[in-house]
Amino acid sequence: MNFELTKEQQMIKEMVRDFAENEIKPYAAEWDRTAEFPIETFKKMGELGLFGIPFPEEYGGSGGDTISYAIAVEEIGRACGGVGLSYAAAVSLGASPIYYFGTEEQKQKWLVPMAKGETFGAFGLTEPNAGSDAGGTRTRAVLYGDEYVINGEKCWITNAGYARQVIVTAVTGKDEKGKNIISAIIVPTDTPGFTINCNYDKMGVRASNTCELVLEDVRVPKENLLGDPKKGFKQFLYTLDGGRISIAALSVGIAQAAFEKALKYAKERTQFGQSISKFQAIQFKLADMAMQIELARNMVYKAAWLKDNNKPFTKEASFAKLFASEMGFRVCNQAIQIHGGYGYMKEYEVERHLRDIKLMEIGEGTSEVQRIVIARQLGC
Amino acid sequence: MNIFVLMKRTFDTEEKIVINNGAVSEDGAEFIINPYDEYAIEEAIQVRDKHGGEITVVTVGNEEAEKELRTALAMGCDKAVLINIEDDVEESDQYTTAKILAEYLKDKNPDLILAGNVAIDGGSGQVGPRVAELLGIPYVTTITKLDIDGSKVTVVRDVEGDEEIIETSLPLLVTAQQGLNEPRYPSLPGIMKAKKKPLEELELDDLDLEEDDVEAKTKTIEIFLPPKKEAGKILQGELVDQVKELVSLLHTEAKVV
Repeated sequence: MNFELTKEQQMIKEMVRDFAENEIKPYAAEWDRTAEFPIETFKKMGELGLFGIPFPEEYGGSGGDTISYAIAVEEIGRACGGVGLSYAAAVSLGASPIYYFGTEEQKQKWLVPMAKGETFGAFGLTEPNAGSDAGGTRTRAVLYGDEYVINGEKCWITNAGYARQVIVTAVTGKDEKGKNIISAIIVPTDTPGFTINCNYDKMGVRASNTCELVLEDVRVPKENLLGDPKKGFKQFLYTLDGGRISIAALSVGIAQAAFEKALKYAKERTQFGQSISKFQAIQFKLADMAMQIELARNMVYKAAWLKDNNKPFTKEASFAKLFASEMGFRVCNQAIQIHGGYGYMKEYEVERHLRDIKLMEIGEGTSEVQRIVIARQLGC
Repeated sequence: MNIFVLMKRTFDTEEKIVINNGAVSEDGAEFIINPYDEYAIEEAIQVRDKHGGEITVVTVGNEEAEKELRTALAMGCDKAVLINIEDDVEESDQYTTAKILAEYLKDKNPDLILAGNVAIDGGSGQVGPRVAELLGIPYVTTITKLDIDGSKVTVVRDVEGDEEIIETSLPLLVTAQQGLNEPRYPSLPGIMKAKKKPLEELELDDLDLEEDDVEAKTKTIEIFLPPKKEAGKILQGELVDQVKELVSLLHTEAKVV
């Protein structure tokens, strides 16, 4: 056992923290208010190599590990939940599936520019009637000659409005038991018939870009099929396992930001002649917050470590995502409580953390779905 | 061009400083590259990228400084040297550091040496100029601009907010003031590459120095935190009386008049 970060991991943490403090945090409230996607900031992140952390150098990455990536997500999320979400989605959902399952040609064409931060990619899984219930997928892809013709709708797709391509899951046939076969297909966003609307008015993570996709007779070459045609379902489960580590890391970052504000405020705010941090009622809240954040962070690192060491990590990724998002919600809620009336005002920037963290209990599998995943891993 | 950067690892003075048994407690303190040395590193990189050459970043300290040296390598320096004095030197001051650095540099034929204007911990601003004196080369402190044309060097120096323009020549030592440049963030590929760049560790022995040669010339008597800022006093009453009271307080309480 060794709980110490490596020198590279420490350096990445410091660099990303400095960058996020200077280039993201001062603008987070404004981006939240205007729901602006800060594309220039993402370009700077790209130049620093942040989008390539977990990918090897031969694919434009920097050959870092999942722990380094989780550290980066946490530090960006600590500055802005919305930027953190788009960052995590770009790496875990946009780029990772092509790295895991793509052919060499697909990696060169699609992954390399994403890892270098030159392009965005998105992952189109969720539909109005399907998400974690993949069986409900209605989007269909039919092979005509050398082309797939895709029809369907997707919803709540992160970064699609800025993406060069979206990995779309679609039903491509039925297996011997009559169950739908789901495949993943890379669809360039400039393909005729592919409409992307980004008009959602979200509760939180408002600096993140979220879109609805409509595919009407969208034709793509059959080489754009990603990975095994019959294992689309398994592939996206693996992708989501990785994504859950990043959502857990993001939850830790948002909670850390809320906690730091609450601690600072509690030390400054005076009531009944003393700082409210001297009252046990407030101390106990702060103690619980600090403890839960640290426990969640440890679980994030463990899940990431398992992934880096090629060990099974499905259960641990779910543990991390479920615990971190639920503790994050409690921490952000208590941070407002400690601030009292001021916390309810946007000016104090703590209410944003609660709105941002709420998504973490929903996206990439709700808390309820995480419990199902964990229970299945237990053999239930 | 043969470029050297003198770098110090310091605790982050923006974090809370705790004093224990007459020394700054290092437990839980955040350590960083001295911010003024970051300007020096950035300037060195820009000079090298424009004129070619190699940058060696040097520090005197203990093995903990490896992380800061690696960060300098990640920013773009080519080589790092750690002069580890942990086992050899008990008490050190600016003289100690300058003597060691000068001894290391004397046979390296440096064209340009860059350092921070001051370190944010000790804040003496002594090491750079002392090294230049020991090496017998010119130096310019608190610079905000550096132009090199052949061996002719034009430097803009910050003088309490005014500017002084100085022409000088290589070899030269300069110390960096805020405003010289905007230090870059180490990039991810930079961080990963830094692992493979050479980092040499030396001790006093390797420089043919004895502990006596570098013995501190100063003695630290006491270390204490600045007094806690008290709330101000607001005088009441007629203006004439307030002025009288103020004058009397300046005499008796503040004792500044």
